[in-house]
Order: sequence, then structure tokens, then C-alpha cells
Amino acid sequence: MTAVRVLVGTRKGAFILTSDGARKRWRVNGPHFGGWEIYHLKGSPSHPDRLYASQSNSWFGQQIQRSDDGGKTWEPVGNKFAYAGVTGTHQWYDGTPHQWEFKRVWHLEPSLTDPDTVYAGVEDAALFRTTDGGQTWEELAGLRGHGSGNYWQPGAGGMCLHTILLDPSNPQRLYTAISAAGAFRSDDAGTTWRPINRGLVSPHELPDPKAEVGHCVHRIAMHPSRPRTLFMQKHWDVMRSDDAGDSWRDVGGNLPTDFGFPIAVHAHEPDTVYVVPIKSDSEHYPPRGRLRVYRSRTGGTEWEALTKGLPQRNCYVNVLRDAMAVDTLEPCGIYVGTTGGQVYGSADSGDSWRPIVRDLPSVVSVEVQALP
Amino acid sequence: MIRVVLPAHLRTLARVDGEVALEVTGVVTQRAILDALEARYPALRGTTRDQVTHDRRAFVRFFACQQDLSHESPDAPVPGAVAAGEEPFLVVGAMSGG
Repeated sequence: MTAVRVLVGTRKGAFILTSDGARKRWRVNGPHFGGWEIYHLKGSPSHPDRLYASQSNSWFGQQIQRSDDGGKTWEPVGNKFAYAGVTGTHQWYDGTPHQWEFKRVWHLEPSLTDPDTVYAGVEDAALFRTTDGGQTWEELAGLRGHGSGNYWQPGAGGMCLHTILLDPSNPQRLYTAISAAGAFRSDDAGTTWRPINRGLVSPHELPDPKAEVGHCVHRIAMHPSRPRTLFMQKHWDVMRSDDAGDSWRDVGGNLPTDFGFPIAVHAHEPDTVYVVPIKSDSEHYPPRGRLRVYRSRTGGTEWEALTKGLPQRNCYVNVLRDAMAVDTLEPCGIYVGTTGGQVYGSADSGDSWRPIVRDLPSVVSVEVQALP
Repeated sequence: MIRVVLPAHLRTLARVDGEVALEVTGVVTQRAILDALEARYPALRGTTRDQVTHDRRAFVRFFACQQDLSHESPDAPVPGAVAAGEEPFLVVGAMSGG
């Protein structure tokens, strides 16, 4: 029978939630790496029992852990993330030049075909890659070096590369997103990059309406069958591109607020998109204390609130950018982790929700694997 | 043998219980102890000092013989009692919340 494995990263460890294909009864396993921040863990699409985890804390720095048995056992692998060449500077909060400093790995994106190849998005923003299962990491320095890196500036959460999308139809094409620099695309497997931010408007952060970089992109999502169409949750605004990021248009439509962090696309319907509206950039909780996932079945603009099974009063949690995921079962499952430690799951494309687990440490990331 | 006491998180990473005993040749300094520690337990690379600059991580402290050696030069000899294996060299996670 098909099984589902949900990988949850929290502020104090990793948890692995498992169920059969019905997704009604769940087992909670963990904490793994108790006491450490687990910004992200993700499985290899080609070898699902190969998992990678980013483990860090302020005392002892960054570790990368690898499992070859679906998270039963783990081995630390390489954790040296050295910027290539001259490290250089970016802009600090006050506009002065500031030396690039490695702080942590925010996101791990395993190759679609090779379990030993993984991309890592780090703070201060850069993209690294391993081709030996995590033993060694090399920076893809063309991203920082394409020309705008000197002008990047950290957002409130740090200057992090948090989104990595791999185009399944074109191995040469990768997308990344950085807070607060914007979105970038490579068409040569990560060697060279260019900003893809035309159409983004950030009047509260950037007075220049044509600014090429400096946009606080929170998350980008893509359906594998339609890789030129991208959906973006920005600091404010929900955006869509149909030309691989060359241009963007606002599809926030009737959302109660277009601020938020995660965005995801239904596994089987490329025009069905999910966001979690958050009240504002300083009030990081749902409007009116009601946690609502919003779904558009029209590729944006027209949105409906999904409420059944989600707390509709006195709820003041946040859902962070990496904390929403979809599974590939039929019907599609959706999973949302909150800063209050709840992981909610829907086994019917979002029509109804149930808490899988309620009292974890604050959830940073959620990924899901459908297993044979 | 040099005796090293690690904090709980680093004992877990290194998969050791209790003290670690390390062979250190030549003058026993902080750098020599940490070099030997990382050679024996590669998972500890980068946990007490930066992997490129070898600067001590901000929230890590080194204690021995009831002294805080954290701000000593990494190339200064450690107290004789540590070099003689009579007292342990302590790696400590600095007090900070979260």
C-alpha cells in the first residue's frame, strides 16, 4: 500500500510523521537531533529513503546529516561551506558594505535524478552544490557574482537563499529566490544567473519601481508539468509568471491580505494554488485570529478560504515559507506546519483539515514524500 | 594523553560518552588539542571554531584548571596540568537562551 512520510523541521529537532495512503492515522517519530534547529530536511526524488537534513545552532554551527534508511539512522556528512574566490561584500541594514559570512543552510534541494547531488541555499545568500552525497560542497559563485550581489541587503530574517526550483523538463534551468534580493534564473545548470524580477513592485522597500534587485521574495512554486509558470508569495503581493520569470503579474485578487510566506501548487492541477494569508509584515499571524489556507483553482486572482478543521478563533500562529507541502497521492494531500507546533494535514486537496500533531516545537519546514 | 570534556551536543555528534582522551605531540596548545580532536572525530569540524579562519565560535568557551582560556592565543601552551593529563580541557557552550 502507498505510504506517506512527512518530514518536519522545527526549532528544536526534526520529526518524521508516517501514515498509510488513507492519511488518517499517523505515527510521530522524533525528535531527531533534539535541541538543534532543523531549518529543512528533504528526500531524494530518485531514492526516497535518502534524506538530507540541515542541522544548526548558534553554539556549534552547521551540520548536514544524511540518512539512507528513511530517517531511521543518520550520519553527519560535510559541513564546510566556504565562499568561492574573493568573498566580497553586500549591503548591511544601514547601507554600508558588509562582508559575506556563512551562517546556516536554509534549504536543501536534492537533484531530481541523482541522490548524491544536492543544492543548498544558505545565509548569507549563496548557492552551494554537492555531487558526492554531501561530503563536500562547492559554491555556484555565478549567482553572487553576476553583478548585483553588492547591492543585496538582508531582510529582517537575514539574507537567505531559501528557494531552489529545478526544472524537470530542462536540467540546465534552475530558479532561486533570496530575501531580500529577489528571484534569479540560470539556464546553464547554475554557472551564470540573471535577476528575474520585472513586474515586481515593492514601494515600501524600494522607491525605484524598476529596481532590478532588492525585492523580498518569500517563496516560489512551480508545477512540474508546466515549469515556465511560476507562482510567487512576495513580502506583499502574490504574483504569477508564465514566461519563466521574465515578467510577473499580480494575482492576489480577492485575498484578505496578500502578505504571507509559503505558496504551493496542487500536485495534479497546475492552476490550483495555495497560500496562507498573514495579517501584515509586522503582525505575523492570520487575520482575525482565523487560520485559513486560501485556494485558487484559476491560477490566482479568484481565491476561496479553506476553513474546515482549521482553528477559526484565537489563532495567532504563523506559517513559515518552507512549511507547506503537497503530496502526489489522489486526492492530493496538503500539509501546513505552524510556529505554534501544529502540523495540519488535508487528504482532500484542502477541503478539510485535521491536526496530525499539535505540540511540536515551532515548525520551520514541512516536506512530504509519497512512498510505494 | 590529553583529557577533553565535550558538551552534550558534541558528545552526541561524536558518538562518545564521557571524557575523550587524545594523543597530542609537541607543545600542547588549544590549536593542537582542537586539531587532534577534529582529526579523531571529523563530525566535530566547524563546531568549536570556524573551518576556514579557525576563529573560535562566538558561543563556545574553553575552560581548564578553573580558568577561562577562551581569549588566550590558540598557540599559547595550555596549563601544565592539562598537558600532563591531570586536568581536563573543557569545551563549553556559552550561556545563552533559546
